[in-house]
Amino acid sequence: MSAAAENIYNFAFIDEDSKREVRRQLLKAIALPGHQVPFASRDLPIGRGWGTGGLQITMAIIAPSDTLKVIDQGDDESVNAVNLRRLLTRTTGVATTTDTQQASIIQTRHRIPEEKMRADQILVLQVPMVDPLRWVEPNLERATVMHGEADYGRMWVYMYESIIKAGDLRIATQYPVMVAGRYMMDTTPIPRWDVMRLHNADTLFLFGAGREKRIYAVPPYTTIEPLEFEDYRFKTEYQPNQRCHRCGATNTFLTGHFVKATTQDEPGHWVTSCSDSSYCDKQLVAQGIPEHTL
Amino acid sequence: MTQHDSWVLNVADLNKRYGAGCPQCAGSTGPAHGTSQCPYCLSVLACVDANLTIYHGEVLGIVGESGSGKSTLMQLINLSTTATSGHIWYREPSNDAERTDLLTMDGFTRRHFRNDRLGIVHQRPELGLNMRFSVGGNVAEKLLLANWRHVGKIRERITELMIQTELPPERIDDDPHTFSGGMLQRVQIAKALSSNPALLLLDEVTSGLDLSVQARVLDLIRRIQWEQKMTMLLVSHDLGVIKQLARRTIVMKNGHIVESGLTDQILEDPQHPYTQLLVSSAL
Ligand SMILES: Nc1ncnc2c1ncn2[C@@H]1O[C@H](COP(=O)(O)OP(=O)(O)O)[C@@H](O)[C@H]1O
Ligand SMILES: [Mg+2]
Ligand SMILES: [Zn+2]
Ligand SMILES: [Zn+2]
Repeated sequence: MSAAAENIYNFAFIDEDSKREVRRQLLKAIALPGHQVPFASRDLPIGRGWGTGGLQITMAIIAPSDTLKVIDQGDDESVNAVNLRRLLTRTTGVATTTDTQQASIIQTRHRIPEEKMRADQILVLQVPMVDPLRWVEPNLERATVMHGEADYGRMWVYMYESIIKAGDLRIATQYPVMVAGRYMMDTTPIPRWDVMRLHNADTLFLFGAGREKRIYAVPPYTTIEPLEFEDYRFKTEYQPNQRCHRCGATNTFLTGHFVKATTQDEPGHWVTSCSDSSYCDKQLVAQGIPEHTL
Repeated sequence: MTQHDSWVLNVADLNKRYGAGCPQCAGSTGPAHGTSQCPYCLSVLACVDANLTIYHGEVLGIVGESGSGKSTLMQLINLSTTATSGHIWYREPSNDAERTDLLTMDGFTRRHFRNDRLGIVHQRPELGLNMRFSVGGNVAEKLLLANWRHVGKIRERITELMIQTELPPERIDDDPHTFSGGMLQRVQIAKALSSNPALLLLDEVTSGLDLSVQARVLDLIRRIQWEQKMTMLLVSHDLGVIKQLARRTIVMKNGHIVESGLTDQILEDPQHPYTQLLVSSAL
């Protein structure tokens, strides 16, 4: 669809004043890594909780020359990713890609792409839940004061309690980290696999929550320390014998799928493959598998 | 005693008003008016020009009827409520020369100070404990805030503190809801002691307890005071409790300190009419 056909909308849908406002809050967020900055989240033709926070960040920073990649659950083809991409391309006319290397802006929810991102790229994360302190302090005002004073004792008790109850640090996603030694940040909803990929990265990471009206940032080369104990260390989901059944990768974050029984000789079973589907495809192409057969 | 040159805390002209205040506040509240609430603007002058000194190793009692401002004064000292005006000077017991006005600290320093140098035990355990966490988790909070990061060592320290406060250490992982009122006060005391505070604040810690339980908790406080030479500020509306523990006492009424001195002297020869009433009704 041509951009001209859609010119009843402003470029990237929201008006320039709102975009400037989001950019101002982004600058504040970048200046205070991990600090949650309130912003005037507005309504979009997409349900809240479906990524409106991340979407508004992308809309505020995108330019006609950008190349966009949108993923959800690590997958470029999920319904949500398709919807968000359609809205963005119809209102901007920018080029899109599924190749991490080609993209200048990547909007994502659950994953940081497997391929290492560069300094000239930006990753925008849509986050449903913002504050790690919500586990221990449901009152937002009091939680804000706690962040202000770096009052994280109760959160550390929460970590201690999770060890006492489960025998280990059993926090799957939403793993809390300290950003630049100052603010505690939730890494929701990325898996533990991706948590340390925020650490000292070349790339700028921007987080947006539409419903909770907050944005925050991890600028390049920022220290990320997961909450852990000397005798109970933070661990990723890595398994020593893990392997993608499609491309054979042993060093990627995997998701499981159930393969239904076809014959009696071939009973139903679980297989695991790369959650980053475009990365997986790229590996297969590199192994000589024709792209159109994927 | 060399107490005159080893004070820990010096409260000077400390004021706390709840509400906006008006020009009539000062002239229409206080013991002479029998209220701390201004009839014109309904503000409460909960703490008016308080001056007091707490010496290293002593137990200072604060007595007064309900609503006289005892908890407010304690919360001011605990830096958990902001003062309207005044100073709270603090001096590290090991460092006689340096003094700091706690009220000028920024939030970050204040929180560190409160965690490290103060311990507080509230009348209601729910105020001092998080009932969603285990007993051990509650005792561990101050240690975790002080960057203890070894679960094994933290649990060793919790166990030590539980034994010290006469709690069964095997119940370290229990839900505090399964503890009795007296035990919960011991958990609060264990938590308060975990950082080896310079000052322990005790606000009506035995008020909700049966007499026999109350006696045992007071015994524990007395033992801790004796063994650790712990400096304490003990608030109670009950002169009987104050008498057992505090060497010196301050009497509060309607937000004002109306009398202070050695506890024995106050009991034998109360000066202020209110104190006289208090003493005669306690006999
Ligand atoms: N948060 C508050 N807001 C308004 N008034 C308060 C507040 N806390 C205490 N007060 C008032 O201040 C006075 C002193 O209360 P408090 O310090 O709790 O006394 P005590 O501990 O001696 O019973 C009382 O009149 C009380 O109603
Ligand atoms: Mg009180
Ligand atoms: Zn793969
Ligand atoms: Zn008034």
